[in-house]
Amino acid sequence: MIDQIPAIIVLAPLFGAMIIGLFGIRDHRVCLPVVFISLLVSLGASVAAAQQVFNVGTINYFVGGWEKPLGIGIHLKIDALNSLVLVVIGVVVMLVSFFSIRRVGERDTEKTPYFYILYLLLCVGLFGITITSDAFNLFVLIEVSSLTSYALIAMGSNKRGTVAAFNYVIMGTVGASFYLLGVGYLYLKTGSLNMDGIHAILMLETNDANVGASKATTVAFIFILVGIWIKMAFFPLYGWLPNAYTYCPSTSSCILAPLMTKVSVYVMIRVMITVFGLDWVFVELGWSQLVVWLAVIAILAGSMLALAQREIKKMLCYLIVAEVGYMVGGAWLADPDHWGMTGALYHILADAMMTLCLFLFAGIVAKRLGAFEISDLQGLFKKMPITSIGLVIGALAMIGVPPTCGFFSKFYLIRGAIEGGHWEFVAALLISSLVNAVLFFRIFEIAYFGNKPAEGHDHSHDHSDDSIEEGKGSDSTVLGREASWSSLFPLLASAAIIILLGVFNGEVVALIRVTFENSNHLSGLFR
Amino acid sequence: MSEFIQTNVQPYFNFWIYVVLMMIGLWALIAKNNLIKKLIGMSIFQTAIILFYVSLGVKDGSTIPILDHHGPEHHETADAGHDDVHEKEHGKKAEPHHADDHVGPNPDTIANPLPHVLMLTAIVVGVSTLGVALAIGQMIFKEFGTLEENEILEQIKAGNVDD
Repeated sequence: MIDQIPAIIVLAPLFGAMIIGLFGIRDHRVCLPVVFISLLVSLGASVAAAQQVFNVGTINYFVGGWEKPLGIGIHLKIDALNSLVLVVIGVVVMLVSFFSIRRVGERDTEKTPYFYILYLLLCVGLFGITITSDAFNLFVLIEVSSLTSYALIAMGSNKRGTVAAFNYVIMGTVGASFYLLGVGYLYLKTGSLNMDGIHAILMLETNDANVGASKATTVAFIFILVGIWIKMAFFPLYGWLPNAYTYCPSTSSCILAPLMTKVSVYVMIRVMITVFGLDWVFVELGWSQLVVWLAVIAILAGSMLALAQREIKKMLCYLIVAEVGYMVGGAWLADPDHWGMTGALYHILADAMMTLCLFLFAGIVAKRLGAFEISDLQGLFKKMPITSIGLVIGALAMIGVPPTCGFFSKFYLIRGAIEGGHWEFVAALLISSLVNAVLFFRIFEIAYFGNKPAEGHDHSHDHSDDSIEEGKGSDSTVLGREASWSSLFPLLASAAIIILLGVFNGEVVALIRVTFENSNHLSGLFR
Repeated sequence: MSEFIQTNVQPYFNFWIYVVLMMIGLWALIAKNNLIKKLIGMSIFQTAIILFYVSLGVKDGSTIPILDHHGPEHHETADAGHDDVHEKEHGKKAEPHHADDHVGPNPDTIANPLPHVLMLTAIVVGVSTLGVALAIGQMIFKEFGTLEENEILEQIKAGNVDD
């Protein structure tokens, strides 16, 4: 059983989705228990896997026992790089399932089982992207998660959500196709699809005088990079994100916003470290300067656009664009001790929890107060004191106030930027923190000092309600009261994890840096 | 010019076509106003990549990658295929016999099947993407009564003004 952990992580939600498909459509009561059991199994398996990785070492799992990478064997690998990402995905999807109880599970419309099937398949995709060690499987799993997220976004009854989902389909498909094209060039060059295999052969070639000047390798890298950048909404390619995440059902946005972009950032880092090797990326290609400047622009543009928004969710979406800039910039800082990369990996974990916390908050106030715009939040602290705790902690983490994880990720990113000599990145991080402070203290001010009752109900038909969560604005009995515990529990849990991640940042970073200890012998080749 | 075509275009004909197809698809994705035409562009774009992959596996004078169990060389193993133990024994005996040439068919004579197999998966992915996109397009048509992008955007703007 313990040997099969990598397969269990991916297969549990897949079987869950099948069971709902078989039985849940007739009897909706099947849905919730199946969702919880399968995700709990996945979460438990990923925690066990992480334990094994840090105590024993990397887990390699070959599906069907086809050990030699004869081209198309399915190779799952859990190492220091992805074990923590797996755990965070498990935690986030678990918390969002609690959030979905009232909104989807108990509403019991005919869409309920379909929602949960898509939800579990999305989990399959996300776990699979993180765990796979095969470049082509990665493409398939990216498409699994993307296809389900298109449907989850379009599921609402919001008109604009449908149009946003359509744009997302187009952009997402172009991104995935670029990635596929890049993998094609890599296969042409190396004859392998296994990430380790590709790396080994590329290394041979680099020693071969043919060197990294090989055009095919560079073209492959560019295609893969641009493809993943579209998927993660890196600045010039972010167009699909704000509308898609603003106008979708709040349960969908709670699962998509924290995970999709972060997992794509993980894919970029995985491709940089495992497939091409940091030496090739930073030394041979030498684009560090260019990409860090792009990230600087992304951070500044994301922050400024967030400042211009009146809607809560849209503001958070532009903050995601800025946060993606943090992570991409951090990963490309190319400082000798990899502190930038460490900061980026830590920020994947931290930002997943921060985004989750704030989107849960946005979902709760949308339902309870009918509040979609920042001005609707008047008097929030009095009306919903417990929900406000979530807002405050999430906001402080976004700004980067010490006990929260947001401070420490910025700390490591800035350390990497200083050691790598990228002062523009330091400046961008500090400006972005200031802008976040302005943004959130404006919200605090409205929520604390505003006394007028909320008047935003008439917006509801234009905004992010849907037939799964219908009647948000009109349901006068729930207006203005504290949210139910099934919604508050994930909010408070994510807030607690934000603080715990911050308090134990030293331990988490030590685990992350195991990656670079193992790859040190590779770095010695060129320096 | 003809020299350029002979040296650069003719040997890489498939790859030129794939680039042209891809650009046609990309142009439709960006420039077309009708959502269904955009989807057609998306489909062309994906098909171009399939052509690229299929071209990777092709070799001059190669045949389909199927093991010929009825040929004289492989008769023994084909018979023994019913029984694992037999197969191993025959395999051991057969080893010195074929020691000088390849075990199995000569790889130079068969096309590389792997990129083709990959494209089976990519075709499935493309079909499902197209299916989801068409379903979303249908929802858009139900809600807005049109599939022209500019009209949809106008309706969204007008809706916001009314609000």
